Amino acid sequence: MSIYFILLSVAIGILFVGLLLTMIRFILGPSLPDRIISLDLLSSILIGILALYSIVSGVDSTLEVALVLSLVTFLGTMIFANYLLEKKKK
Amino acid sequence: MGVMEIISVIFILVGVLFMLLAAIGLIRFPDFYIRNSASTKAAILGLGMILLGTGLYYNRVLIFTELLAIFLFIFLINPLTSHIVARAAFKTKVPFWKKTNLDDIKNLEQEGKEEKKDS
Repeated sequence: MSIYFILLSVAIGILFVGLLLTMIRFILGPSLPDRIISLDLLSSILIGILALYSIVSGVDSTLEVALVLSLVTFLGTMIFANYLLEKKKK
Repeated sequence: MGVMEIISVIFILVGVLFMLLAAIGLIRFPDFYIRNSASTKAAILGLGMILLGTGLYYNRVLIFTELLAIFLFIFLINPLTSHIVARAAFKTKVPFWKKTNLDDIKNLEQEGKEEKKDS
């Protein structure tokens, strides 16, 4: 196990700490938009974790999962914002 | 540990630190709008650096194309969703921080009302 993979493991650990902080904001979040943007940041951190995990495990196809995740998150965030505006109209 | 691996691990560690800063900003800032700005900008920079480091490690054209596609989606979509969510939050009257200077927004609202009267 070379020093490169040890540093990568440290990087993944730091990303998981960021994931935990984002989850805390997701649970606390005083308003609905707070939860929406924390979900957005959550998916960005997950894409980073998937990219690093593809190096550690040596499986290239994890990157395709990251590509699909970035697309799906866009749809989710747009639909939540649309829901906020529609709820205001009623 | 070759030269490419050293460069890639430097990019990855700096990008990871920026992602951590985004998460800390999301949890520490006082207001939805400030949190939104902090998390979006830092996340784009951090994710771009992580993806660049990954591409430098693999050093293959196919992987670079895939990572470029991910980065382009994030680069286009993240500011767009941030803007749309902030607009929806402003319209549903999410409260501002008490130290935010709201004079410009009041002027904008008055202009909007005058335009409605004219039309």
